[in-house]
Amino acid sequence: MRRILVLLVLWSPLLAFANIEAYRFDNPQKEADYRVLIAELRCLVCQNQNLADSNAELAQDMRRQTYEMVQSGSSKEEIIVYMVQRYGDFVLYRPPFMPSTVLLWVGPFLIFAVGVGILLLFIRRRNQEPVVQLSSEEHARAKGLLDQETK
Amino acid sequence: MKKRYLIPFGIFMAIMAIFVLGLYRMGEDPNFTRNVPSVLIGKQAPKIDLPDLFDQSKTVSSSSLAGQVWVLNVWATWCPECWREHAFLVHLARNEGVKLFGIDWRDDAAAAKRLLVDKGNPFVAVGFDPESRAIMDWGVYGAPETFVIDKQGVVRWKKAGAMTRELWESELKPLLQKLEKG
Amino acid sequence: MIPEIGQLALILALCMALVQAVFPIAGAHKGVASWVALAKPAALGQLLFMTIGYACLTYGFLEHDFSIRYVATNSNTSLPILYLISGVWGAHEGSLLFWTLTLSLWTGVVTLFSRSVPEVMVARVVGVMGVVSVGFLLFMLLTSNPFVRLMNPPLEGRDLNPLLQDPGLAIHPPLLYMGYVGFSVAFAFAIAAMLGGRLDAAWARWSRPWTNIAWVFLTLGIVIGSWWAYYELGWGGWWFWDPVENASFMPWIIGTALVHSLAVTEKRGAFKAWTVLLAIFAFSLSLLGTFLVRSGVLTSVHAFATDPSRGVFILLFLSVIIGGSLLLYSWRASQIRSSVHFTLFSRETGLLLTNVILMVTACSILLGTLYPLVLDALGVGKISVGPPYFNSVFIPLTAPLAVLAGVGALARWKRDSGLSLARKLALPMLLSVGGGFALTLWALPHFSWGAALGLVLALWVLLTMLLWLKEQGGAAGLAGVFKNISRAGWGMFFGHLGIAVFVVGVALTSIYSTEKDLRIEKGQSYHLGGYDFLFKGAERSAGPNYLMDRGEVVVSREGEHVATLFPEKRDYRSGMPMTEAGIDAGLTRDLFVALGEPLGKDGAWSLRIYHKPFVRWVWLGGLFMAFGGLLAALDKRYFRLARKARLETEANTAGGKA
Repeated sequence: MRRILVLLVLWSPLLAFANIEAYRFDNPQKEADYRVLIAELRCLVCQNQNLADSNAELAQDMRRQTYEMVQSGSSKEEIIVYMVQRYGDFVLYRPPFMPSTVLLWVGPFLIFAVGVGILLLFIRRRNQEPVVQLSSEEHARAKGLLDQETK
Repeated sequence: MKKRYLIPFGIFMAIMAIFVLGLYRMGEDPNFTRNVPSVLIGKQAPKIDLPDLFDQSKTVSSSSLAGQVWVLNVWATWCPECWREHAFLVHLARNEGVKLFGIDWRDDAAAAKRLLVDKGNPFVAVGFDPESRAIMDWGVYGAPETFVIDKQGVVRWKKAGAMTRELWESELKPLLQKLEKG
Repeated sequence: MIPEIGQLALILALCMALVQAVFPIAGAHKGVASWVALAKPAALGQLLFMTIGYACLTYGFLEHDFSIRYVATNSNTSLPILYLISGVWGAHEGSLLFWTLTLSLWTGVVTLFSRSVPEVMVARVVGVMGVVSVGFLLFMLLTSNPFVRLMNPPLEGRDLNPLLQDPGLAIHPPLLYMGYVGFSVAFAFAIAAMLGGRLDAAWARWSRPWTNIAWVFLTLGIVIGSWWAYYELGWGGWWFWDPVENASFMPWIIGTALVHSLAVTEKRGAFKAWTVLLAIFAFSLSLLGTFLVRSGVLTSVHAFATDPSRGVFILLFLSVIIGGSLLLYSWRASQIRSSVHFTLFSRETGLLLTNVILMVTACSILLGTLYPLVLDALGVGKISVGPPYFNSVFIPLTAPLAVLAGVGALARWKRDSGLSLARKLALPMLLSVGGGFALTLWALPHFSWGAALGLVLALWVLLTMLLWLKEQGGAAGLAGVFKNISRAGWGMFFGHLGIAVFVVGVALTSIYSTEKDLRIEKGQSYHLGGYDFLFKGAERSAGPNYLMDRGEVVVSREGEHVATLFPEKRDYRSGMPMTEAGIDAGLTRDLFVALGEPLGKDGAWSLRIYHKPFVRWVWLGGLFMAFGGLLAALDKRYFRLARKARLETEANTAGGKA
């Protein structure tokens, strides 16, 4: 049992253990869909675990629900909609793209673009600046450092 | 001092501001990061059809309460907070006329029945849900949880955690009165 | 009595830390030699008292002194001795104690081994570390005292978290803390250099070996943690993007950037301001990680809710340390004049780009980790950010790093021509693209773009590194390789090779792993990944402090016996069941069996079986990197510097006598 919530004062998550279910699937595609879904859906009573890794009973029931829906031919999207209609976006480990998550999804690539932009600007400016003349004292020190280097 | 060297400090202060805000919210409600708001508020309540706890060959249905204001309570004998709120629920049912529909969640039926016999049964009907069928429809993830449903069958209110006198006086009672009128 | 001695030792350590934080820095500022001279004794005094305090708590554990609340909550009499010792750092209070001990240890070592550094500089460094120490000791004594006594001691303690009752997790925190805290040395050197107003390359030279060692510890800590998660949690995953993991990964990424940036600052005098900033960031993220994860702002709110003073203290402390140093930075960094020139095609650019990418990656992880908290605190909504998000952001951001690891080493310092670089790299590029695709097509079970990309990148790093060897060897060939390449050079070689190994592991194990959950009866067998798994049943037995079901699974391949695995399911005193997977480890594949629960009365069990190709390479890559870091830290020139300094002091004292 990993990282299941400590008991809260006013409310108890369902804690009990059962974790490996021997489900049979009609075809490998369904099994693959099931694996993707239980890896991307969150166990609500756990601290930070997906359905696949959790042995909380609710997670077990949600796995069974996922399994039954996969078996009866629901698509991945339909199952995700089903879960979100009941538990909200919180149940998704892959947050949907929406106004409040724009920064989350675009942010990293934005930071990347800005970072590389600044870098290129920096290098260009470096090359345009005149070479700073070292004072004789600085020169001597630099030489000393270099000497140590090459020794 | 060039301004751009202050950028890291600015970012750091922004992060700190988030933590301060988080800490402040925690001071208001220690469980705020745990409480997942129900997405059902303002939506049509899912229909409940479950085996009757007292006779599992029979079915109890939420449709028996259609057109009325009613309260759904999810409980189980494995949940200490449910024992704690039980007496108050009995009081609500007997003295305040609250119509409570119970879902006994993933429980030992015999123990649940014994509890209701010993401590009183506040529920109009109790559905037995060993496989979290109704639980999942209602987006429940712990116990106890309490919902209020209005005459039109719309979910109006949800609380995760035990029902207390304070909560009743401050939130639930005024809401029920308003819904009864409407 | 012993706990009181421990308590007293902590208070004395705090006094020492106060002396250490105030006098050396003030002395260095005002030029009071006697104050500067206090640095060393104060640091060593603090180390002494911290050791005593730590020993007292360990003694409490070994003697089962359940009158100490911390001992009573985290151990019991049936706990094996190893876990009595590791239990000291098993929970909040003790891990803080361990953290602080580590800090004083690093401080002590720095004072003893910094003879080549001017005394004033050492004084400032020790002073800065003293300030951090004061914060930790105050936090411990005011809000999280490990020596709190119970009025009515219980006869038996509770239990150490069963998750921690494992050799892997016994050594994981110390390694991690050595890494976290080790970054305080680079931080202290950077702050000291800024305080002294001399932000040249010297501080980089002095702090570089320390930073490398800290980075090695952190790398090992993360590798062990990942390995532990793999075999102990029973789910075959090796990285979960959990806030706790991210908290160790972010300092590692920034630390990696720092290690590279320090090299440039030391060798070329470039990126001075940037390197200082990285040193501040690396340690800040370590602090953030230690505090915010331990105290639960990100994971469980409970620690703060019960004791808001902890939260307030933490925020104040972080503001003082991190905010203060960033303000100091904004003041000093604008005075730095850089005189170093380099062009677009140069090793500097490569390293700078690497730094930018690492920084962006760390920022993205921070963003993903904090984002749910931000939305929640603002009341905008409730979302979860998990592995699908991190993977889809992390992989595209870091794939270019592998490319750069090859280019960077082959580009010349300062100025290279794009054309000659392209000519040099054409062959490895062709070979790695061709080889990567060929291997994916013919050597792997089925074609996958991800696997092809992974293999191309890995081959690219490998080939460019070999080319680098050839270049270094020059005309002398193999003999030249061993003659010309310094230890630091070999460090780079192995570090980068680690990337290749790691990438292979990640790509192949995440794409070609197969798993099956099944119901299996005694005597039944299942075929997966070319192996037959025969279940011979499970039996109930007792371990030292737990009961267990122990399954037996015989694995064979085409009739030949491969291994017999014993997956266990343990029930500890605290009622937490733990799975201990049965694993047959191999260089090219792991076979992994986890026991579920009994199904029915006829001896059937649920069982999970994994075939995980090349999963070992993930950690092997980490070990390569750590080995590279170690080599770089042990470069001969640091020893030469130390020897030179020693000779000089000896000459001085001899001269003084004469």
